[in-house]
Amino acid sequence: MTVYTNTTPVDAYRGAGRPEASYLVERLMETAARQLKVDPAELRRKNFITQFPHQTPVIMAYDIGDFGASLDASMKAIDYAGFPARKAKAKAEGKLRGLGVSCYIEACGIAPSKAVGSLGAGVGLWESAEIRVNPVGTIEVLTGSHSHGQGHETTFAQLISERLGVPISQVQIVHGDTDKVQFGMGTYGSRSLAVGGTAIIKAMEKVEAKAKKIAAHQLEASENDIVIENGEFKVTGTDKSIALPMVALAAYTAHNLPDGMEPGLKETAFYDPTNFTFPAGTYICEIEVDPATGKTSFVNFVAADDFGRLINPMIVEGQVHGGLAQGIGQALLEHAVYDANGQPITASFMDYTMPRADDLPSFKLSHTPTLCPGNPLGVKGCGEAGAIGSSAAVINAITDAIGHNKLEMPATPDRVWHAIHG
Amino acid sequence: MYETTYHRPSSVDEAAALFAKGSESKYLAGGHTLIPVMKQRLASPSDVIDLARIKDLVGIEPSGDGIVIKAATTHYGVAQSSVVKKAIPALAYLASLIGDPAVRHRGTIGGSIANNDPAADYPAALLALDATVKTNKRNIKAGDFFKGLFTTALEDDEIITAVSFPVTDKAGYAKFPHPASRFALTGVFVARSPGGDVRAAATGASQNGVMRVSAIEAALKANWSASALDGVKISADGLMSDLHGSSDYRANLIKVMAQRALAI
Repeated sequence: MTVYTNTTPVDAYRGAGRPEASYLVERLMETAARQLKVDPAELRRKNFITQFPHQTPVIMAYDIGDFGASLDASMKAIDYAGFPARKAKAKAEGKLRGLGVSCYIEACGIAPSKAVGSLGAGVGLWESAEIRVNPVGTIEVLTGSHSHGQGHETTFAQLISERLGVPISQVQIVHGDTDKVQFGMGTYGSRSLAVGGTAIIKAMEKVEAKAKKIAAHQLEASENDIVIENGEFKVTGTDKSIALPMVALAAYTAHNLPDGMEPGLKETAFYDPTNFTFPAGTYICEIEVDPATGKTSFVNFVAADDFGRLINPMIVEGQVHGGLAQGIGQALLEHAVYDANGQPITASFMDYTMPRADDLPSFKLSHTPTLCPGNPLGVKGCGEAGAIGSSAAVINAITDAIGHNKLEMPATPDRVWHAIHG
Repeated sequence: MYETTYHRPSSVDEAAALFAKGSESKYLAGGHTLIPVMKQRLASPSDVIDLARIKDLVGIEPSGDGIVIKAATTHYGVAQSSVVKKAIPALAYLASLIGDPAVRHRGTIGGSIANNDPAADYPAALLALDATVKTNKRNIKAGDFFKGLFTTALEDDEIITAVSFPVTDKAGYAKFPHPASRFALTGVFVARSPGGDVRAAATGASQNGVMRVSAIEAALKANWSASALDGVKISADGLMSDLHGSSDYRANLIKVMAQRALAI
């Protein structure tokens, strides 16, 4: 069958299918709780997986998680127990309050090349890193993970800076230039830190091993007694040390290297993940509907996420905020519409409602990490979670407020008003 | 690129003379309607005549019992004017809701009413306050000025010079913003004259642009309070129906915004 259309093709957006899947599951859970007349949070808790590793029926094997912890954290943050009283008080003032829970899990850090190959992918989903320590001790990292606003330049530099104890200004991240970086597999699927970051770690391990050999040789000590602290290679238990720039210089002048060692201090690693990572969390949203206009206002929005280890908490917060804005945008505001003649009627931002700062609440974020056993950083990725868990939380809350479960996204004031008044 | 010639006259007469000379002239005020329209190639005037910098067209002053706002006064100018805030605070409030700060520093009252966008805020105020539009040729009462969708009583070359507002006893405005454009999805201006006459005008609702709402006027004349409107039902006939609001939703908003206008 052939279909001809003039409508815009669709493609992966933040979450890439996981918002849709999560929305389906969480709206079902909420609906089930209402029909069974059980507490929505308790219904989630009853159904949580608690034993790990957990093999799902579809390739994914969850390595670790504590879903109860994020549910607890969110319930506490929003004062779940106090909601019935708040709802009653609002009702007395003519407003409709609702609370919506959404528990999400996603598969990130994509992907083990064998696994995606078995699913029909034509590529492998490893990542690459080349670390060049320059003769003066500055460090360049050529990474296949291109940043498009996630702050890789900061987070990746932090990895090096923390490992070696050197100022972050000594580290430069090079990305996005195929003239400079041999190969990268792309930034999506919340993979850059788990996969790209681990490639950097693997390359660093090689750099450190070689540097320790050089330092040991110069300090006449055993490699095994060398530790790296504050940018210095020290012999444990003594005050003998060489600073990184001197080790680097030694590598490039090659006047006194161990027998058989090549000059230079530059290493490459290609890292193929052994498993996906599984960020998960609980979002709870409290809203108030004005029944006269159908307008939804936020009272509170809390998020408790398990992203594993956080390397840069401020950047993580920014990523969650951005994802939440997009998920809330989908739930309340955004809609690309064609009329019956195929004419796009939301062709500009005068009709397509982009979320703005005053459409959104101040989010309360918290973290309940379980360290990912699959990579040396213990990280899971955080770039898309906000867009994945939030839409269901909002729609669950609105349908709770108006006592009417059939409501399509976006839940515009017009739609909510009609749901209430018919 | 289409060629056009930009003129900066220093008086209304000079502007009118330039308009007559051009083959397809257009007046420019704040530019927030004409410039986007030109960018989208929906208009390509031969001559663009800038009214916004004519000194005689900017200013606000008390006049008799009311106030006069000159046509090229910006929304920002109206919103923070102590003269307007004293005489008709609801009008200053309305101006403060138009667009965003960047728009408010450019858009003008003359430009807004000459365009008569069916979702613009000012037409509701002029109609409810029984204002008079002064041009370089005549005076036109608000009720005779707004003729329909993007249509006014103005002749092609006519220039609005000012809008005069009589004194009012009570006035209020409430607007439910269109979620995307932040124009009025529906906005209602209610006013009561010192003689007790009530006028209520709704914008954003009717397919014909700003309209008076007699059901609301009658109820408020008897009892100037939000509760007086509780039982009022507004007909959805002739109201706009689109992605962001059906006609019956807009009919509901007319009543709700009128009630909220009274609370201000």
